Amino acid sequence: MATSDNLEPDIYQFLETIALHGGTAPDPTTGAMLTPIYQTTTYRQPAVGEHKGYTYSRSGNPTVTALEGRLAAIEGAEFATAYVTGLAATTVLCLALLKAGDRVVLSQAVYGGTVRLLKQVLAQFGVESDFIDTSDSEALIRALREPAKFLFIETPANPTLKLTDIELAARLSKDAGALLVVDNTLLTPALQRPLDLGADIVLHSTTKFIEGHNATVGGSLITRSAELHEKLAFVRNAVGAIQAAFPAWLTLQGVKTLPLRMAQHSANALRVARFLESRKEVEWIAYPGLESFPQYELAKRQQQAGGALIAFEVKGGVEAGVRLMNSVKLCSLAENLGSAETLITHPVSMTHGDVPPEQRASAGITDGLVRLSVGLENPDDLIADIDQALK
Amino acid sequence: MKTATQCVHIESNDDPHCSISPPIYQTATFRQPSADEFGEYDYTRSGNPTRSLVERQIARLEGAEFACAFASGMAAISALTRLLGAGEEVIAGDDLYGGTVRLLDQVLPRQGIGVRYVDVTDVEAVREALNPRVRLILIETPSNPTMRIADIRALAGVAREAGALLAVDNSMLSPCNQKPLGLGADVVIHSATKFLCGHSDVTAGALVTDDYDLHRRLAFDQNAEGAGLSPFDSWLLLRGMKTLSLRVERQNESARKIAEFLSSRPEIVRVYYPGLADHPGRSIHCGQSTGDGAVISFTTGDVALSRQVVEATQLFDIAVSFGSIGSTISLPCRMSHASIPQSLRDRLAPPPDLVRLSVGIEDVDDLIEDLSQAFKIAEVPENAQSAVCVA
Repeated sequence: MATSDNLEPDIYQFLETIALHGGTAPDPTTGAMLTPIYQTTTYRQPAVGEHKGYTYSRSGNPTVTALEGRLAAIEGAEFATAYVTGLAATTVLCLALLKAGDRVVLSQAVYGGTVRLLKQVLAQFGVESDFIDTSDSEALIRALREPAKFLFIETPANPTLKLTDIELAARLSKDAGALLVVDNTLLTPALQRPLDLGADIVLHSTTKFIEGHNATVGGSLITRSAELHEKLAFVRNAVGAIQAAFPAWLTLQGVKTLPLRMAQHSANALRVARFLESRKEVEWIAYPGLESFPQYELAKRQQQAGGALIAFEVKGGVEAGVRLMNSVKLCSLAENLGSAETLITHPVSMTHGDVPPEQRASAGITDGLVRLSVGLENPDDLIADIDQALK
Repeated sequence: MKTATQCVHIESNDDPHCSISPPIYQTATFRQPSADEFGEYDYTRSGNPTRSLVERQIARLEGAEFACAFASGMAAISALTRLLGAGEEVIAGDDLYGGTVRLLDQVLPRQGIGVRYVDVTDVEAVREALNPRVRLILIETPSNPTMRIADIRALAGVAREAGALLAVDNSMLSPCNQKPLGLGADVVIHSATKFLCGHSDVTAGALVTDDYDLHRRLAFDQNAEGAGLSPFDSWLLLRGMKTLSLRVERQNESARKIAEFLSSRPEIVRVYYPGLADHPGRSIHCGQSTGDGAVISFTTGDVALSRQVVEATQLFDIAVSFGSIGSTISLPCRMSHASIPQSLRDRLAPPPDLVRLSVGIEDVDDLIEDLSQAFKIAEVPENAQSAVCVA
């Protein structure tokens, strides 16, 4: 049994076990199995210049450290930093790695908030960002001919679910002297292991599947490089966009069921996707677990399963899509994805409203696209709900 | 309404159960009425009802219209600096908090933003340092830890003429002692971790303003970078602020007695406290503040002696931060201001023998007794000797 003395996260082989035990030890004072919530800002010091590892919760907090240990362990890494939101993580990533005049290359279909951050906040500091179709290897090669600090990909892309080949992206960015950052929010390490495929940094909006209960907002940056981790930790402390102790504790609890949840999300999503595919009202559907998915072979190679997200469009475009979303009863209409409850979203008016229309069009985010984040309800109930809404 | 009344009466949100203590909306997302009409809240990074309450309450206490709450004081200051673009400049007081200096000096230059440290107690020096690139004047008054007094009204005039914004970090006094917006400041900054929270259990920050457009820009950034305060921490902060007026009244009173006690001690070279009659800038301070705060600094002329005093106190905890109900003692040069880069140490760091006290709400006679016994221990030559060895 692991104790604080002999805890070695590496001894666990399987994710189900790591999600419960990896990277953190029981409380050293009381042996409590769950890490206490250290809802404190500051720490008493035995003498000037001496402390027990913590001085001020912006710089470090034991509950947040426990979460970071666990997040690093599930991604198969040594280091993680946790943030107050996913976008706070993206902000710190950019502030740590970029300076005025630097350039970055990103997937065209990244999350709308990432686009807004690059185009409306960081652009004023002279950071250049090129959004390209990273699923197209020719486009990747072209984009990396010009110097870039890092390549930022999201695979599957949100909300089009287009895949980017992580191994190829890692090889090309390495040749170009750029780091590879993978936003692994949609699949989590339960379904995709970007660091094993050559990525340098993994980003998470822990708000989604990692915490999984729609109870917190949070983010994380995970890496195997001590040098990169130090840069990130420095900027996080300097700008103070920290995760707080209570949401860190809730997230740590959420992680424990991550492998179980991801397996069920994927199984349910496949059922719902097959149902949608069979319906004449559906114009098109994209789900990486369907044989009809254009990049099905790549999905089988780099993902353990299809994940929870489905993108589709009903015949009749925007109007029919809005009608469908207003007719579902069990699926909640909400921004967000990855919670236990099934959520249905209209990206163009909700999550991706800040992405310029031209960029949306070229990324394949059509006005009628409906995104479904399939939850943990019984899939038959979900199918019945969508069925009555389609009618 | 007087501040003490405002502290206790939180403006209600529309909680259907009329709970006196508002609910904690520990949720990431909000169900929307339909696909084309949205409620006030959609996603907690963008806005959360519990956070809205704490923002309204902080704004009210500062006599202002608007506030944004952040994950830390540094996250608030970081968001404020996003008002600047590459090629623009900040004029900063030359004795700001070490974390603020780290941000200005090690993070902002990478984005092409310049900073100039000016003695802001000298209005003419600020006027001379102005140029068309200066967009922001950032001050603390009293400054931390040397309690220098800047003239808020005069600096507001200078900023207005130059088309720059004046931001006042009001963490040291809290709105119970000083309301900078009424004196002409454009933005008030809080490390809400300090007096506002007052219980050492929340790390938080705030930006307060009366200017709607400015508020919109700050709120845009709060959402875009995602450094907003979490619901649970917002709730704890709301709870803490109910006793703000009571705490500050007691802390002001106890601090005045301790400052007088320190002034009478032969070991002490100088006491820094704006409530003392001979404190430099005292008349300006009295013209803009209604109380003197609970932070006191003093020097002994002997680093080893100062360190011994810090370590010999029993009631005063050695800890960074200030403004809490529990008294703390620190050597800023080694602790809260240790992050000031070596190159700026000579100019910006507090003297190495300076001791900072934050006076809590314990009985003041106990606190004076504790300091008396600490001086007695520190003055025994062997003790001073051992301190040198430890150093």
